[in-house]
Amino acid sequence: MTEVSDENNEIGATSEFVTVHIDGQLFGLPIEQVEDVFMPDAITEVPLSNPEVAGVLNLRGRIVTAIDMRKRLGLPPRTDGGSPMAVGIEHQQESYGLIIDRVGEVLRLGRRTFEKNPANLDVRWSSISAGVHRLDGKLLVLLDVERILDITGEKLNAA
Amino acid sequence: MDDLLSEFLTETAESLDVVDVELVKFEQEPTNSGILDNIFRLVHTIKGTCGFLGLPRLEALAHSAETLMGKYRDGATPTSEGVSLILDTIDRLKEILEQLEQEGSEPEGADSDLIEKLDATSAEAMKIMNGESDEAPAEAPVAPAAAPVLQEQKLEVKPGEVSLEDLEAAFQSAPGPDDFGAEPASSIDEAPAAVVEPEPPVPAEAPPVAKAPAAPAAKPATAQKDDAKPKEGGAVKAQTIRVNVETLEQLMTMVSELVLTRNQLLEMVRRLDDSEFKVPLQRLSNVTAELQEGVMKTRMQPIGNAWQKLPRIIRDLSKELDKKINLEMIGAETELDRQVLEQIKDPLTHMVRNSADHGLETTEGRIAAGKSEEGNVTLSAYHEGGHIIIKIADDGQGLPTEKIKAKVIANGIATEAELEEMSENQIHKLIFHAGLSTAEKVTNVSGRGVGMDVVRTNIELIGGTVDLVSVAGEGSTFMIKIPLTLAIVSALIVESSGQKFAIPQLAVLELVKSNANAEHRIEMINDSPVLRLRNKLLPVISMSKLLGNDPIAKILEEGDDGTAAEAAAGDQNVFVVVVQVGGQTFGIVVDAVFHTEEIVVKPMSTMLREITMFSGNTILGDGSVILIVDPNGIAQAVAKDHGGGQESTHVDAAEAGDLIGNDEKTALLVFKSGSDDLKAVPLSLVTRLEEVDVADIERSNNRDLVQYRGKLMPLIYIDDNLTHKDEGLQPILVFADETHSMGLVVDEIVDIVEDRLTIEISSEKNGIVGSAVIKGKATEVIDVGYYLPKAFDDWLEKRDIPNPVQRELKLLLVDDSAFFRNLLSPLLASAGYRVTMVESATEALRLKDKGEHFDVIVSDIEMPEMDGITFAGVLKGDSQWGATPIIALSSHTNPEVIARGRAAGFRDYVAKFDREGLIESIRECKPVSENEAAA
Repeated sequence: MTEVSDENNEIGATSEFVTVHIDGQLFGLPIEQVEDVFMPDAITEVPLSNPEVAGVLNLRGRIVTAIDMRKRLGLPPRTDGGSPMAVGIEHQQESYGLIIDRVGEVLRLGRRTFEKNPANLDVRWSSISAGVHRLDGKLLVLLDVERILDITGEKLNAA
Repeated sequence: MDDLLSEFLTETAESLDVVDVELVKFEQEPTNSGILDNIFRLVHTIKGTCGFLGLPRLEALAHSAETLMGKYRDGATPTSEGVSLILDTIDRLKEILEQLEQEGSEPEGADSDLIEKLDATSAEAMKIMNGESDEAPAEAPVAPAAAPVLQEQKLEVKPGEVSLEDLEAAFQSAPGPDDFGAEPASSIDEAPAAVVEPEPPVPAEAPPVAKAPAAPAAKPATAQKDDAKPKEGGAVKAQTIRVNVETLEQLMTMVSELVLTRNQLLEMVRRLDDSEFKVPLQRLSNVTAELQEGVMKTRMQPIGNAWQKLPRIIRDLSKELDKKINLEMIGAETELDRQVLEQIKDPLTHMVRNSADHGLETTEGRIAAGKSEEGNVTLSAYHEGGHIIIKIADDGQGLPTEKIKAKVIANGIATEAELEEMSENQIHKLIFHAGLSTAEKVTNVSGRGVGMDVVRTNIELIGGTVDLVSVAGEGSTFMIKIPLTLAIVSALIVESSGQKFAIPQLAVLELVKSNANAEHRIEMINDSPVLRLRNKLLPVISMSKLLGNDPIAKILEEGDDGTAAEAAAGDQNVFVVVVQVGGQTFGIVVDAVFHTEEIVVKPMSTMLREITMFSGNTILGDGSVILIVDPNGIAQAVAKDHGGGQESTHVDAAEAGDLIGNDEKTALLVFKSGSDDLKAVPLSLVTRLEEVDVADIERSNNRDLVQYRGKLMPLIYIDDNLTHKDEGLQPILVFADETHSMGLVVDEIVDIVEDRLTIEISSEKNGIVGSAVIKGKATEVIDVGYYLPKAFDDWLEKRDIPNPVQRELKLLLVDDSAFFRNLLSPLLASAGYRVTMVESATEALRLKDKGEHFDVIVSDIEMPEMDGITFAGVLKGDSQWGATPIIALSSHTNPEVIARGRAAGFRDYVAKFDREGLIESIRECKPVSENEAAA
């Protein structure tokens, strides 16, 4: 019964997500938070920074802090040799780039397919995930940009 | 003064306009404390400025008006008579201002009519207020709703007490006259929080409460009255317009971007041999440069803006301290970026105060010192390179070196030994150290806990440096070097571990090329690399090591294993960027140095801001992002490194005590002398490592001497057949106690190692304790005890003449370690004791049984058979030796052990390597033992 009522509430309450692929997994980012998609080039590493920070790069005259999403999610480095992509995000007047494997389509999703993070989800994932959407034949993990960028505290521990 | 006056006219005319509008509003809305606060502040500012400029008519008028408004602020109900009186006063002020503008001086005339009325109204208002506060607030006639704000204020003001304190507090919190002059530099966002939403003076647009076109805020480079202003006032005209500071900031950002883009284009075209872009690009480049300069100029302000309140401060100070002070200001027209100006203002004020307060003597003191009665404080500014140099000089007493020393020791900032190694100038620079204020008495003026360390921090925050020179009796000079602008800095581009970094040019003193065979080579002392530079050792730190602490980063840099410092040990060239931060000079080892480049500093992303090693990042001409190294951050890392090193040495020393008996590790200094064989000495015994110029070695009385710290120090050789080098620098190990020191000449200091010191083969040879395996190599451990008398035998005689020992005291030394016995006995002997040595407590007791008498006993604690505690216990109740003071010698100096020792009967407890402490302790025992001898 609850499902039905959920569906009823869902009409009009859908939102769009930019989907990205990281290590074969589908993720979604709220479209309003995505500024652009670009190919990260000439990344300058920042010594002493958190390993999850890939470095800084120049994107059309702006300095963008690049986050290695594979490291952020605790995934192994990429081996397929494909060229990386990055999703540009503006957060508190600063530019960030999330480095991912591949950008997918834009999906419109509603509450009907939404579920909270399963309890057994790896804490690295659940800490930056806002929930999961059940799609046909696959699952889409919603990324919470705010929490992805909350790296400072961990870095302090590392240093 | 003319500029100041015209600026004052502009400001005041504008303020008065605002007051006009606000007053009318206030009359209609008497409960709005925001409006009143604003008026009060504006009038207060006018009053203060008038006083500052010596305009008594204006000042008196403004004062009376202010007093009346103060009453309203404190809760008195404003009457329309009162308000119009104030408005009349404003009009009068305007009249005077107009004449002032035309004639350049305040016109003659009396305002007693207005002032009397104002004062009468003030008194009236106060009466009403007092009456009112006795009764219920609801009775307030005009404002029956009695705004809660006013009520609150009333509660705090006791009836009958004119709230002078409140007024005073208001003066303090409001941007008073002190802030007036220099305020034009502040921007909207920098304005003090107390200001009610400052905004550009366009009254029509402002919402009611926030309608506070706060005059002191939001003033661009050239303050100027807008001609189109509806209100009339002091119609000051000049060929300038007001521009919002934010607009300028934005322009600056845009130009910075343009510069970056230009750089990128230039880089691209440079790669093309023959490009049609070249000519237009050249033109673009020039225009960009001019534009950049132009925009920078709009942000430039004469440093005099930051000095404006200084004459007043000095005048007040002069009165308060009863000193005659003359303040001279040179180069006030020197321009610098307004952002920098803002930042430098407070440190500068503080330093000028300091110079006047602490630097200058009292008038009597000056006369006594044969100086002119009037003390001089000279403030000067000039451009040098891309920097501005500001000097604050006084002709006072100079910095009190001894007081600084005492304070430094008292605050635990440095030890006496460390101080001894410092030059006077270095000691003076310690005043920049946190928590050091040498002011004997806390005056009203300075010594409020804001020390020179804050000044230094503030200056360093904007990439500046501060230095000082002080000559006792002649005065002190502080030098501040700051960049002209913060937005664009000149930086040196270097490479380390394959990555480029920018080091701000301001901090860079010089560049040194170094390799193993070069004159400037990097050497290691206990894993700490140092560079020989012009006869001095400069601590160096490898950039890659600094930045490679992160294991992840190391993995990333796999294959690039050798640090630059290690590379330097080989044939590879490295570069040392010599950097000065505050009083600290050190070298940063990098792999390559490229060129200098003007860079636009962009702040690091918040995520990365915690990395103190970088101050920002920027985009280079080739489009790549480069990190800007923060020399302050590196200095901290160097200091940490240094501190850590010291700490570990300290531990070594403690451990060294144990090692002789137990198999603990000890720090050993390994050196070569006479032959290629390695020799070692416990590091804790060595006071200092020095290098002396061979030319300075003198020969006298058949021995080599060198002048060292104002004394002659004998040089001793491992072998009598040896001599010093023929030329150049001669390394020596200095062994010293409080009275004398000797230098042991060595060929080369090899290393400092930490190892177990197990003497495996004892030596028959004089001066050698025995051989030990140190770091896998056979090493002779030298017996310092053998060499000390060699240096001191003829010295002792000389010393004894002015300082005769009354009676040779007998001392019993109980220690199971031959090494220590041999080490301590000559020391004790040289201090004037006749030393008897035994290797165990049992042997000592045997001497007692024989009827021997000693004045003092020094005993080790950890000994086989009978330990020191038991030994002391045995002696405690003894009729023969019971009264003899006994001093414990141990490596354990924790309070618990000391307490145990004291309970057992030890008079004192001294660390094994603390030779000075031991002698001191023995001396303290002396009177008792002398009494004993007398009895």
